[in-house]
Amino acid sequence: MITFIQKNKKAVFLTILVVLNFCLAAWGESAATVATGGDKKNTIEIKDFMFNPPSITVKSGETITWINHDDEPHTVVSVGKKFQKSSALDTDQEFTITAGAPGTYEYFCSVHPKMTGTIVVEK
Amino acid sequence: MSDYISHDHEHDGIDRRGFLKCMAWAGTGVLWTVSGGVLVSKTLAQIAKAGASLPAATDLSFLQISDSHIGFNKDANKDVTETFKIALDRINAMPTPPSFLIHTGDITQLSKPEEFDTFDEVLKNCRTKDVFYVPGEHDVLNDGGKLYRERYLKSVDAKGSGWYSFNKNGVHFIGLVNVLELQAGGLGQLGDEQLEWLEADVKGLGADTPLVVFAHIPLWTVYPQWGWGTSDSERALGCLKRFGSVTVLNGHIHQVLQKVDGNVTFHTALSTAFPQPAPGTAPSPGPMKVPAEKLRSMLGLTSVHYKQGNSALAVVDSNLS
Repeated sequence: MITFIQKNKKAVFLTILVVLNFCLAAWGESAATVATGGDKKNTIEIKDFMFNPPSITVKSGETITWINHDDEPHTVVSVGKKFQKSSALDTDQEFTITAGAPGTYEYFCSVHPKMTGTIVVEK
Repeated sequence: MSDYISHDHEHDGIDRRGFLKCMAWAGTGVLWTVSGGVLVSKTLAQIAKAGASLPAATDLSFLQISDSHIGFNKDANKDVTETFKIALDRINAMPTPPSFLIHTGDITQLSKPEEFDTFDEVLKNCRTKDVFYVPGEHDVLNDGGKLYRERYLKSVDAKGSGWYSFNKNGVHFIGLVNVLELQAGGLGQLGDEQLEWLEADVKGLGADTPLVVFAHIPLWTVYPQWGWGTSDSERALGCLKRFGSVTVLNGHIHQVLQKVDGNVTFHTALSTAFPQPAPGTAPSPGPMKVPAEKLRSMLGLTSVHYKQGNSALAVVDSNLS
């Protein structure tokens, strides 16, 4: 069983997501490496109170990482609570999630709600 | 500059020049006085520019401090604890200490317990012991304000997420919370529950009762592009319209701005931590780096005194610090 999980980590991972009906599964920074192998790296830079790029398209199963370059804390919070929110990210701190079910996900910074962004997840 | 008393009309050991000088020492905040039951709300700069007279008699004075951001350590100010201490030193240096302080939020940078601890420890050195708080968004980052409420609402009868009112010397004070449950794309927000409480709170008050309303994010639309406003503040102000004197004290934007609308005076305070840019003058409202020698002047430590017999009066003396 352990061998099976290791060999088919990604497949099992996605199955669990579907079973649990997660729209997006959020992992902490420590867990981010679990699903990164070979996937495209999607990075959203936070600078001058903006998410850059403001809209990003990713494939289901890919990771998305936000990194805060401001001297001000920011958060990443899903509109409608569709994925786990980040804690407050201080300067140079990162937050990573793994994209789940296809769809469009709006998010914002709960400290500065004028800051908004969009994630489009494709199959 | 000498400290002799040239005119001691009130025989209280302080003349106009001395009083203004002391006020200048308290440059980390704004001195609000209630004279003859009517709230007089003037900034030092306003008094200085207009040459207006100070209130003759003071029945009540208090001091507003704001945005101490304990824990912030970036280039805009590497030692915000030190500048907060200096702010308290200025308050302690006042010959007549204010009756109480109002802190209009962002006590800490990241809502960390150790940041709150540092703030509390430093505040012990303040001669004025009574402090009334409202939270800033930096104080409620990860727990919705739980830690903040446990620490800073002990002396008040707080409702909901931490709003309350109290009376001092015939003035009705209202502390509001507009930094929680913010919505994507939106501004500060009070919410229906708080607004209903506010309407009930002021219902029984006579229209001649002076009101002081304080909250972190401005209760007027300063610059919505940067989120500097409160989406449902109009409803709050609606139920305050019948009052003859309403003073709204806010923080959040780290600079002094003032607006008068009918009987309502809106005012934002300086920070004790770091300045922020004027609306629209920078790519973002983030901490503004200024030359080290200029920093304290941007934190309100600009010293002002009055030149006797001269209607144009402002004198800035940085040596006072």
